[in-house]
Amino acid sequence: MNEAIKLEYTISDDDFTRAGEASGDLKDKLKKMGVDPAVIRKVVIAMYEGEINMVIHANGGKITVTITTDEIIMELADKGPGIPDVKLAMQEGFSTAPDNIRSLGFGAGMGLPNMKKYSDEMTVETQQGVGTTVTMKVKL
Amino acid sequence: MTVNDIKELLDAKVLCCEEFLSNEVHTACGSDMMSDVLAFVKDQSVLITGLCNPQVIRTAEMMDITCIVFVRGKVPDEMTLQLAKERNMPVLSTARKMFEACGILYTNGLSGGKEN
Ligand SMILES: Nc1ncnc2c1ncn2[C@@H]1O[C@H](COP(=O)(O)OP(=O)(O)OP(=O)(O)O)[C@@H](O)[C@H]1O
Ligand SMILES: [Mg+2]
Repeated sequence: MNEAIKLEYTISDDDFTRAGEASGDLKDKLKKMGVDPAVIRKVVIAMYEGEINMVIHANGGKITVTITTDEIIMELADKGPGIPDVKLAMQEGFSTAPDNIRSLGFGAGMGLPNMKKYSDEMTVETQQGVGTTVTMKVKL
Repeated sequence: MTVNDIKELLDAKVLCCEEFLSNEVHTACGSDMMSDVLAFVKDQSVLITGLCNPQVIRTAEMMDITCIVFVRGKVPDEMTLQLAKERNMPVLSTARKMFEACGILYTNGLSGGKEN
């Protein structure tokens, strides 16, 4: 493939049962493209964590996935409350998730550290009251 | 061990995707916390859980988990089961409790997987 492929997903606000649809769809598409399963696994785990975060912390948002010849870039942009202290949020175990989220199996404060672990590069741009954009790159 | 071996050992019911009963499982993870599953599980694992919602199926899918076992006789709702079918994820249900189910599988040779 010579030209970059761009995929866009709108993550609906607060619909927990549907969170993961975008990551599942991306997984199918990458499989069809014949991408290495080990790379697919990294990409979809990182994106799924981000997708869940958008739903539980930021009322949804937009995900743009760009696939080039040498990397997959995921940009997750939301207009949520922003992250007041990114360094703190990146620590394993830090979570502001309420109890109802915990009873659904999330909110252990493992998502952001896991996204960092599974991506080759990750940046978090955030402003309180404006939103958060997480960009992750995984090399092919 | 195969998915079918797990079914026999736990006297479990297969709720969907019977066609994958011969798939191989090497490791196991017992958890109700999907956050932890996403952070620690290796592939070709069985996920043993008491949590029943669509995100269990999604989590298993992203982690390339081989099959899910719901403990304490839990059966997921129709929507969750439908998602499992769509995503080709075998789902089993056993009357065993979490601790027992894990113990039985461990005794029969499944490990928790090595740390990376
Ligand atoms: N998109 C976001 N908008 C606003 N806050 C966020 C966003 N993503 C993460 N956070 C904040 O950072 C914290 C840590 O996020 P992280 O994903 O590591 O853990 P968690 O989502 O709370 O739990 P887990 O990911 O284990 O289910 C969250 O509890 C939340 O306060
Ligand atoms: Mg999270």
